[in-house]
Order: sequence, then structure tokens, then C-alpha cells
Amino acid sequence: MSGFEGYIQLVYVLTAALFVVGLHLMNSPATARRGNQVALTGMVIALIATLVLMIHEGTVTATGWAVLIAGSLIGSAIGLYTARTVQMTAMPQLVSAFNSVGGGAAALVAIYGYYDAESRVGGVLGTTTVFTVLDVLIGSVTFSGSIIAAGKLQGFIPGQPLLFKGGRLLNMALAVVAVGAAAFLFSTASLPGLLVLVLAALAFGVMMVLPIGGADMPVVISLLNAFTGTAVAMAGFVIGNWALIVAGALVGASGSILTKLMADAMNRSLANIIVGGFGTGDSTAAIGGPVDAHVRSIAADDAAIQLAYASKVIIVPGYGLAAAQAQHGVAELAKLLEDRGIEVSYAIHPVAGRMPGHMNVLLAEANVPYPLLKEMDEINPEFARADVALVIGANDVTNPAARRPGNEISGMPILDVDQAKSVIVVKRSMGHGYAGLDNELYYNPKTSMYFADAKKAMAELTAAVKTLVA
Amino acid sequence: MSTALLTDLTIFILALLVGIEVIGKVPATLHTPLMSATNAIHGIVLVGALLIGVTAHTVVGYILAFVAAVFASANVVGGYVVTGRMLKMFRRKAPEPQPELESANGHKGLRGILTKAGKTQ
Repeated sequence: MSGFEGYIQLVYVLTAALFVVGLHLMNSPATARRGNQVALTGMVIALIATLVLMIHEGTVTATGWAVLIAGSLIGSAIGLYTARTVQMTAMPQLVSAFNSVGGGAAALVAIYGYYDAESRVGGVLGTTTVFTVLDVLIGSVTFSGSIIAAGKLQGFIPGQPLLFKGGRLLNMALAVVAVGAAAFLFSTASLPGLLVLVLAALAFGVMMVLPIGGADMPVVISLLNAFTGTAVAMAGFVIGNWALIVAGALVGASGSILTKLMADAMNRSLANIIVGGFGTGDSTAAIGGPVDAHVRSIAADDAAIQLAYASKVIIVPGYGLAAAQAQHGVAELAKLLEDRGIEVSYAIHPVAGRMPGHMNVLLAEANVPYPLLKEMDEINPEFARADVALVIGANDVTNPAARRPGNEISGMPILDVDQAKSVIVVKRSMGHGYAGLDNELYYNPKTSMYFADAKKAMAELTAAVKTLVA
Repeated sequence: MSTALLTDLTIFILALLVGIEVIGKVPATLHTPLMSATNAIHGIVLVGALLIGVTAHTVVGYILAFVAAVFASANVVGGYVVTGRMLKMFRRKAPEPQPELESANGHKGLRGILTKAGKTQ
């Protein structure tokens, strides 16, 4: 390493340190914004150092500069536009898309490294390492897998598990081809071999995500996030760059932690989720069927009375709330109750929404202050003190059946909604949740069902409370 | 095993451990911004994309450099902007509704000053 390159590497070390400090500041909502800015600073100095290095080397051709500048400008414009315009409900798709391009770029770095070395006199054999192969493999799987995940979330691709005969066999075959091609590259310099590896990995990524259902997406996104990080770290090994290695490792760690948290929150193993075929997808279509005789139905006025004269209300939002775009309506109702001196808080299950922490962002957007957003472990002991638990668009995560063994959701950590003095469930119909189970909560004598679309229900409830207290 | 590889591996393992330690402390409330911030951080692969340019001198090389640059820069810019946008929404207290009029009459803020300056002319 020449002296000059040494200095550049030092800058990369600084970048890595800034990334760590930035992520550390994310441990509280009060400092998180600063954390993002610190990480951004790290990124900017790394990019400046890289440009200085490129100019110093002096080997970048005019075409090379043109291509890189054009590419960066186009990419930045796309990134800026989507980041500015994306709806908060669509965050999971966007994160998936960024996983995809990040993994894709990491794979391209290794593919170019291989292509470049292959065209040189010394050949590629000595320099093909396990890192090159892993980078191409993981990067390509992430690229195609994340596109499918984003497509499912956006609704281009059906959310329910897509299974077909021989799918698993095909997956196995693709894995064998990919690993075989990878092994072949160690003994033979072969661009076609690399191409086979890329294509098999891309196909594997598609086939891996297709059979996974919509509500399992929090796990899938987290996993693909971890993959992207790993691919970037591998790219760091390939080009010997510490900033990439550290950044990739950090993202890999983050993605892995979130994957585990999400899988635990659904009480399902990662293997079980990846094998797929679970659940009904995220079809929000109302499933008809007569209202069961044991279920007590309630009108807006009665629900409003319960809410207006409570002293403590816990709101339990689920994906149905986001699907109905009712988060602003909920916030308005909660504000009204708070103005009456009622203690209102929100119980957020870890898998509420379509990615880790998604529901918190949706409620923050509706101006709900973050101290009111309570995690499951924090809020569960409080249900016993609550006069009303208002469940909106959440189903499986409130089902007491999870406490008993022997059913689809046994052992899944749930919100102890049934401990509240009374429960109001806002729901469009008696349709089942993702797990396809009847929710025993609805048959509890304490529970009243308010059948309506979440958005409409919030407007009606707010109006009814206003009339009541006027 | 070369010293360089050994150094790289050491850095990787230590960074992984630091990551687990630091990220384990992030509250669930911030998991979505965390994921989008790490999204932006893996955009560092843009460095790798740019460095392709140092040796690229064929059509294939240029195409790979171009695509990698598009991907990675979208990742960096989009990741940071959307993370910033989300984090701005997290407030300790609900914001008081602020009518437009206030900034024009109150002497605070650039907009207020500008409006005032416009009026006096």
C-alpha cells in the first residue's frame, strides 16, 4: 500500500467510525436525526476520498468519467424523487427496492472484478476468492428476491403464497447449479461459468420469495436487508476496502437482529417462513358470512359512550388500519379523548405493519407523539388497568388462542387485550386473520364488535364523541 | 493466508460484533428508520462502483460501471432522504396547529422577515 493509498484508507476508517456513531445515536428518537446526519457525513467524506483517489490514479478515461457521472446523477435523481414522494404506507416496498439495488451494485462490483482480472495476462485464477463468489451469489439473490418482495408489497405480484408443483425441487436444482458453477470457477477461468452463477442465483432469489405470504414480509425484508449487508461486506473483501467491509457488517448485523425479532414475534422459525405456503396472504377483501350469534355488535353511539367515559384507553392498531388509511382518523379520535383528560396510549405489536416498526412510522406521520407508542412488553401489564381496549384492524396478535397449545398460532406472543375491562373491535366483517383462525377474543362477553371500515369508523366515532360531550 | 486478508477478516468480525451491540439497543419504535438508515449505509457500495472506473476501458466495463453507479447512488441518496423524512415525524409532543398568518406577523423566521420586507416596500 503506497503512502497515498494509506491516507485514503484512513479516511475510510473515519467513515466506518461515523457509521457506528450514527447508528448508536439511533437508540433514541430524540437523537436519531443527528445519527442519520452523522452517518451521512461519513458517506460524503468516503465519496470525496474516493474521487481524490481516482483523480490521483489518473487512469479513469474520459468515457469512464462520463459514464460514472451520468450514472450517479440518474441514480441520485431516482433516489431523491422516490424518497420525497413515497407514502409512508409504502415504506416496506421502498426499503425492499433499496435492498435490491444495493445487492445488485455489490454483485456488479465483483462481476466487474472477475471480468477485469480475466482479461489480464496473469488471468483470474489466482485472484478468484471465496469472497468474489459469495458476493456474486448473495448480491444476485438479494437483487431478484427483493424485487419480488417489493412487487408483492406493492400488489404487482399476488400477496398470497405462490406455490406450484415441483417448486421446491426447482429451488433445490437452482441451488445445486449455483454452487456447482461457483465451485467450477475456482478451477477454471470462465466468464460463461460466472454467467451461469449469476442467472442461477437470480432465479433462486425469485423462487425463494414467491412462496412466502404477505404478512411474513417483515421477516423477508429483514432477511434481505441482512443479505445486502453481507453482499456489500463481501464486495469490500473483493476490492480491499475497509469502509465497505465495516458498513456491510453493520447492516448484516442489523438485518439479522431484526430478522430474529420478527420471527420470534410470530413464533415461527426462519426455516418455516422461508419454506413458505403459510397464511392467506394479505387480501383485505371482506369475507362474507353471517355474524355469529355469540358475537355482540355495537353502534357508533354506544362505542362513543364507552370511550368518552373511560379513564384509560389503549388503542391496538393493526395492518387493517394502515390498509384503510385510517391512521389520521385514529389520531384525531385519540386527541379528542386526551383533551377530555383520558389517558390514551397505543399498543404496538412487533409485527404490526409490513416491516419492523412500520406502525410507529404511520402513527408518527399522523402526529402521534412517540412517548404514547408502547412496545408489547411495556403495554401488556397495563391492559388490566384499561377501561377500553380499542382494536382497529388487528386480528391474530390479539387472539387468546395463542396461549393454548395445538393451533396455528400457539406460543405467538400476543397483546393481552382480553385483560381490559371492555374491548371494542373495529372490523369490516368476521373474516379471519392471516393465520386463518377464528379469533376467540370476538366471542368474549366483554367484547363488542363495531363492523365498519376503519377509516369510516374513526370518523363516525369522533363525531359521536363530539356530540356526546358537546 | 495473507496479512491483508487476515486484517480484513478481523475488521469484519469486530464490526459485526459492534453492530450487534449497537443495534440491539435501538427501540422497536425506530426499527423502520433504522432499517432505512442501514439501507443508506450499505449505499457505500457506491465507492466500489466508482472504483470500477479506475480500470474500466471496454464497453462491458463501462456498462457495468454505469449500472452499478445508478443502483448505488439511488441507494445512497434515497436512503438518507427518506430516513430524514421519517425521523422528522417523530415528535415528543403533538405539534400545535400553526396558522400561516403567525409567521407573517410574528417577527421570527426568514419567511416572516421576507413578508415584512415585501410589505414595507
